[in-house]
Order: sequence, then structure tokens, then C-alpha cells
Amino acid sequence: MSAAEALAPAPPAARPRSRAWRRFRRHRLALFGAAAIVVMVIAAAAGPWLIPFDPLHIDLRHRFQPPAGGGHLFGTDQLGRDLLIRLLMAGRISLTIGFAAMTVSTAFGTVVGITAGYYGGALRIALMRFVDAVLCFPQIFLLLVLAAFIQPSIATLTLIIGATSWMEVARVVEGQVRSLRERDFILAAETLGASGRYVMFRELLPNAIGPIIVAATLTVARAILMEAYVSFLGYGIQPPMASWGNMLNNAQEYLASAPWLAIFPGAAITLAVASFNFVGDGLRDALDARLDLH
Amino acid sequence: MTAGAPLVEVTGLRQWFRVGGGFFGRQDTVRAVEDVSFAIARGEVLGLVGESGSGKSTLGRAVVRMSVPTAGTIRFEGRDITRLGRRALRPIRPRMQFIFQDPFASLNPRMTVRQIVGAPLAIQRPELDPAARAGRVAEALQTVELSPAHLDRYPHEFSGGQRQRIGIARALIMEPRFLVADEPVSALDVSIQAQILNLLIAVRQKLGLTMLFISHDLAVVGHLCDRVAVMYLGRIVEIAPTRALFRCLRHPYSQALFSAAPVADPTLRRPRILLTGDLPSPLAPPSGCAFRSRCRHALPACATAVPPLREAAPGHAVRCIRDDVALGPPG
Amino acid sequence: MAQEPLLEVSHLSVTFATENGPLPAVRDVSFRLSAGETLALVGESGSGKSVASLALMRLVPPAPRVSLGGSAHFCAADGSRHDLLALAPDAMRRLRGNEISMIFQEPMTSLNPVHRIGEQIAEAIIFHQGASHRAALARAGELLEKVGIPDAHRRLSAFPHHLSGGMRQRVMIAMALACTPRVLIADEPTTALDVTVQAQILELLKELQHANGMAVVFITHNLGVVAEIADRVMVMYAGLIVEEGAMVPVMTRPRMPYTRGLLHSVPRIDPETLGSAPLTAIPGTVPDPLHLPPGCAFAPRCAHAEPACAAAPPPLEPAGEGRLVRCRRWRALAEAPA
Repeated sequence: MSAAEALAPAPPAARPRSRAWRRFRRHRLALFGAAAIVVMVIAAAAGPWLIPFDPLHIDLRHRFQPPAGGGHLFGTDQLGRDLLIRLLMAGRISLTIGFAAMTVSTAFGTVVGITAGYYGGALRIALMRFVDAVLCFPQIFLLLVLAAFIQPSIATLTLIIGATSWMEVARVVEGQVRSLRERDFILAAETLGASGRYVMFRELLPNAIGPIIVAATLTVARAILMEAYVSFLGYGIQPPMASWGNMLNNAQEYLASAPWLAIFPGAAITLAVASFNFVGDGLRDALDARLDLH
Repeated sequence: MTAGAPLVEVTGLRQWFRVGGGFFGRQDTVRAVEDVSFAIARGEVLGLVGESGSGKSTLGRAVVRMSVPTAGTIRFEGRDITRLGRRALRPIRPRMQFIFQDPFASLNPRMTVRQIVGAPLAIQRPELDPAARAGRVAEALQTVELSPAHLDRYPHEFSGGQRQRIGIARALIMEPRFLVADEPVSALDVSIQAQILNLLIAVRQKLGLTMLFISHDLAVVGHLCDRVAVMYLGRIVEIAPTRALFRCLRHPYSQALFSAAPVADPTLRRPRILLTGDLPSPLAPPSGCAFRSRCRHALPACATAVPPLREAAPGHAVRCIRDDVALGPPG
Repeated sequence: MAQEPLLEVSHLSVTFATENGPLPAVRDVSFRLSAGETLALVGESGSGKSVASLALMRLVPPAPRVSLGGSAHFCAADGSRHDLLALAPDAMRRLRGNEISMIFQEPMTSLNPVHRIGEQIAEAIIFHQGASHRAALARAGELLEKVGIPDAHRRLSAFPHHLSGGMRQRVMIAMALACTPRVLIADEPTTALDVTVQAQILELLKELQHANGMAVVFITHNLGVVAEIADRVMVMYAGLIVEEGAMVPVMTRPRMPYTRGLLHSVPRIDPETLGSAPLTAIPGTVPDPLHLPPGCAFAPRCAHAEPACAAAPPPLEPAGEGRLVRCRRWRALAEAPA
């Protein structure tokens, strides 16, 4: 039988990755969101070096400069500090907390979800009931209570936000793993004598990566929003350090006289949160594993 | 252990599953496999035939300990493996392997052929250096007649037959003694089925494999197996050497199954035994002989007790109280 | 003179528009179907057998995703003739499920899980025949009885998931027969079923066909089923008809090497020769429809191929006994032993 020769390489089918990219590209808003995120990250990272102002420099002679006034593109605040540089510095903090909290919550949620989904039984029930219990607390109160007891800093805020936003990932991963758990390729690994760790992280995790990425992206958006809430209420990043949330807090008093103080940080939060949500939606469609079958 | 001892010996095996339950549902027990005993000699291929719901796949999976049997014993190479835990099974696993029915579900879609076929080595022999591993992967691919050009491709780039070859390469790379093949060709196109069957016959001879071959197709089982067991509702109803079975079918269910299989030769017309009704629910099988509700030879006595598996001829056992219903070969 | 065919398909072609270019799924398929006849359409996955039947039912996606070519003239009960491929969607809807019906491999996906089966059958009767709800339900009960469902009138209020696979296929058949169609297209109706249940369903189809005189297009990959049910056979490969003729000659003296290969790759149950010889497998796999070979599509897998086979596609030519064969070498092969 000449099967070997006849088994010429299969038709060049597109790899899953390139097909996912093709689907993502069709999603206009997601492309816009991705571009906006890139611009924001670059601006926050490099922008402060390009602007000839100190974010903490108080200049009482130039208080409340309106945008484009006196060389200040976005104007100045009640202490005469340049708003653009403060916005960019605040962006560094908000984006850092957003990404760091996402990393913490995704890692923790993934481990909880994969453990619950793989082992099942009593362990699953215990872990998932714990997830439900944490979900029962209103997140914002939990956040405020924790923030009230802990000295606020970037690291502690990251941990606090991470600790209150891992449940979504845990649920998504648990569901995905549970549906894959009885698949033949997992049984095949078991009949090869694979350890639980091997099956969880080598076999199951790569198949759950799509939903994890989607949930992670949405978590960034939520973490940025959470940071803004907490800082707005005064429990987060403390002045004079700037964050989008405490800049809004600061702007409250001058809403009528200097509206730009509220408009720019507000717009920044909206843009960041919306962008991450758009990208999350785009990824959800692009990485939908069902579309990859056949 | 003597040379004549069977490689695999199953005694009184039961595999039950609980279904339903939860908050409001009633919990029931499905007796998927009920009191099954057989032995497979070294180098022998035992066929397991039955329709959906017969428990043949459950049995095949239990034998290689993919599940924890409810009762009974499984001996492999003389050792009782019925209750062994994951760790204790680990060194035994490479010697008993499994081939899955669905070549689409049995390969991890996120792994390349190299990773899939190499997985047994990664799991069992992590100390092996990459060159030695690559060599064995290439060798396994050669055994299943796949080109090494395929190594870095993903499963979705292959046809069903090629995927099944990848699954067979994975099962063979550790050089197992015992192979359970669960309907390995039923998901494939007709022209590809013969390729895979021929491949299985070739590797069986090359490696001296002992096999449990599960199929719903009597012709395929007849072609490949030395002995055949017919299952109905969790029990073996007839077991015999292949030729003896096809010469003389003794159980009414085997006869019906045999006569229902369509034959691609219009000049051969067999009398057809049409079964009436459906397979009874495995949750509430009929009392006594489970087949009696559809059996044209049933007697009142069939309802009283499960008939024992009795030897009707040398090596030919049948679970039926009547010995006057044997059916000769077709045509 | 033979009677006028119920269905006359000429030069049917179905081409899908894909990201990688046009994909010809069915190429130049022509056949005639007469009343009471069973035509088996045989082929493997990708042969185009299912697509051809879906195109006749106009159940393929509309242009520009799919382009249809050729014609399919159907002779309706009132004597009018319609080209199924050119008919307006409305007119097609009136024919479909009424004069031409179809049953599928997986009955569960064709039945709506949230409606009782009686209602689902009745719906078709009400739509096509304008019967009252009550009369339609009564007729549904009769139909279920006719397809051998025990306790039929009580089962009218059952949901699809209450039934076994075989029973669901019977319900599908009852639905397809609700308006006594002239043509039934059955797409692998027994493939998902156990052999004992398959035997029951084949028997049922034969009985119903005998009673109604309807024509059946039976799509299958199972040659045993073909021998069981067909009057004529049409073998498809890579979208083309490669052999067509009356069932017995095609199955006993196949001319096309592909048909021959299919027949030889199925093991036979014969206690005397059991397992003694390896099966003669067809090497390789079906060609990629996007990159079809220039000559005979089967040539790369054919043991009898000559250089000429790979150069240009062979024509479908008559080979005696009313048979058509698409093979350059059929004469030479007809003389050689099978």
C-alpha cells in the first residue's frame, strides 16, 4: 500500500491565530479601541519627557488657565499645575494599576477556575461557592472597606482591586475546563499517566486561553474604573500624586468656573474604559473557539 | 506467571453510573456494564460488538482504568489493577493504550503533531533528551505511514484518516502490550476505513499486540478479530471464536444483529430478522433475560432469572436458556 | 417509451464562494428520476452528494455565496413543470415539504425541541393543505401510526427528547410524508442509527414507497444500504458523477476503479475466508476541491491510472446496460478480472 506517498501534506489551511486576526480586523470598534490603547500607553509612557512642565510644580500666578492658554495645551488647575502633564502622569498610574490588577486577578482566577473545573466534586463546590460568596459583596463597598484599612499606594490598590475582580475569570475558566474535561484528548492524556498538573496546564489551559484573554481585557477596563472610583472618593491615590479619579474629585469644586478640569480626566477614563471594552468584544468574536472547528 | 496466562483477565466487572440527582431530580443508577467476565490471551484480538447502549465503550474504558469499576476485578499481566490509584497506575499506563473513535475530539487542537505524538514521552520519560524524543516521534509517524513533513502542523489541517493515524502513533510510541481500539474506523469514510484497518493489522503483527477491538460493525470485527463477544444491555450474551460464531449464531440477539447488517452484494439476500421496538431503558431493564422483550423465541421462563453464560460448544458460550435456536451461516 | 420523468436534472453545478476562491462542490450532474424509483447517490464526504440534494431543495445559501448552474425540471402533481433552480422563493416554499420532501441524518437537529411532535407535523399540513388544526392533528396521528410508532395518538403530545433516535427518525419520515410528496430526498437517514434500527427504517421506507409510488433519492456512503434499497446507483467523486447505472450491474460488475475500490474496501462476512486477505484499500485521500487535479480527479489514487488520465478529464460515456462511466480505461478494465 502506498499510503505514505499519497498522504501528501494537507491543503494549506489557515492557522487558528491568523484566522482570529482576520476576524478581529473586521471589528471596527475593536480596532479603534486597540489603536486608542496603544496611543494612550505611548503617551503616558513617553509624553511626560516631552512636556516642559513638572506635574507637581505649583505656579499660583497661572491658576485656572483655560486650555491653550499661556502655553498650557490643556490649561492649568487651581494651583497652576499643567493639566496635560498631570493627565499623562495620572494615566501612567491608572494604566499601571489596570494592567497589574488584571494580571493578579487573571492569574488567581485562572488557578481557582482550572482547579475547580479539573478536580470537580467537593473541591469544585467549595471553590465555586467561595466565588459566589465574594460576588455577593457589593464590589465597591468591599473595595472601600479594604482601602480604609490599608495604606493606599499603587501596590496595595492593585492588590485590592485584583482581590475583588478575579471571580469573573474563575467562572469563565471553570466553565470552559468543565466542558473540556470529558473530551477525548484529555482522557488520552490521562491514559498516558499524565499528572493533574500536566493535564491542567499543558492540555486544558491552552484551550481556555481565548476566554481568559477576553475576560482579562474586560478586567483592565473595570480595574481602571475601580481605581477612579476609589481615588475619586478619596481612598485611593493621594494628592499631590495625580490619578484620573482624584483629578475628578479635585475638579468638583470648580465645575462651573473651570469645567476643563473635569472634562479632560473624565474623557480619559471614558476613552480608556471604552477602548478596553471594545477590544474585549472584538476578541470575544475573534477567539470564539466554535468558529475554529472545521 | 506461566506463558499461557492471559494478558488481560476481567472477572465479574460492573460499571454503574449515577444519573440525575441534584436538588430536585431523582437519582438513578445506570448499570452500563453488568457482570462481565472474559480473558484475552497474549497476542489475541478480542472483538466486542454491540449497538449503542450496550455498554461496550464503557467496558473498554473501564478495562484500561479510565474509570473506577463498581465491582469485579481487572487483571493486567497477572496483576490486579482494579483499585490502583493514579500514581500506582502511572508505570502501567504505557503498556496499555487506547485508540479513540472520534479523531476530531481525541487530539488537542492547540498542539502540533510533534507535541501530540511526543506527549507520552514527555509524560512518562521526561528525562529523555530532545534528539532521542524526536527520533522516536519520527519512528512512530513512520509506523503509521505519515510523512515527517507533518510534524509542526495542527490537527485541523488533517483529514479524518490522517488524524486517526496520529492518534494511533500516540498510542504506539510507548510500545504497548495491550491496545483498546474503540470504534477506530466508524467515523471515517469507507475508502479510508480499509487503510486504517490494514494499518492496525500490520502493527498488530509487527508489535505482537494484544487487542480489544470495539465496533458496531460485525464485518469489521470479523475481519480483524480472533474471538468475538456480543454485548446487549451491559452483558455479554455470546462469546466465541470468530469463525465458530459466524458459522453458528446461538443467541437470538446475535442473529438479529447479524441479519440486520446490510451486505454490499445484491446477489446475497438473507432472511431478515426485524426486531420490534426499541432498546429498553438501561435504567429499568426487563427482569430475567434483558433481551426477552424483543425476542421472538422468548419463553415465560426467560423472565424469571438472568440466564447464565453457558458453554454451548467448546469455547462458544451463550447467555440463553434455549439451545434450539442456533442459526447457520448466511447465503 | 418510458414515462415522463418526475425530476430531470441537467448539468447541475454548485459553486461556493470562499475566501480562497471558488469551490466547485458539484460539477455537471445530470440525472432523471421516475415515479416509484429509488436512486442511490453514493459518495464519501466531500463528494458533493449532499450539496447536490440541498441545491435541488434550494436549501443552500443564496448568491453570491453560492452560485447554481444548470436546471432541474420537476413535474408537479397538476402536470405543470417547474425548474427548481429558477423558481421564485415563494413558489419553491409551496413545493418544498409538499410535493418534494427531505429527511436528514440527525433528526434531533431538524425537530424543534420546544414543540410537541404532533404540533410540528400538523403545522406542515396546515401550511400546505389549509386543513383545520383539529383535522391536521388527527392526520398527524394517522401518520405516526403509519410509520410504526406504537401508541401513536398518545405520542402526539411528546417532545422530541422523549423519543429514541429511531423513533425520532420515524417522526421525521412522518413529517416528510405528511403531504404525500412525489419525491423524497433522504440524506443519510440511517447513518446515525444502530443496524437493527436501520433495518427497521429501511423496511419502513420500502413499504411507504410501495404504497405511495413516490420516488426516492437516497443519499448514503454505505454500500450495504445501497444493495438493500436502490433501483439505480449514481456514484459521485469530487463533485462529479463517475459511474451511474442500474444497481445490480454496478454493484456486481463495477467499471469505474473508484466504485470497484469502494466495494473491495468493505470486509465481507464469510466464515470460510474470514480475515485471510488484507482489504484492498484505496490509498490517499480525496482531493482538495480548491486544488483539483487537471485530469481525472481519481487518477492520483487510482491503481490503473495511465499518464493520459492525469492530462485531461475523461468524459462520462455510455458503457452498455444503460450505464455511464467516467473512466478512460473502462473497456480495458471490464475485461480484466475484478
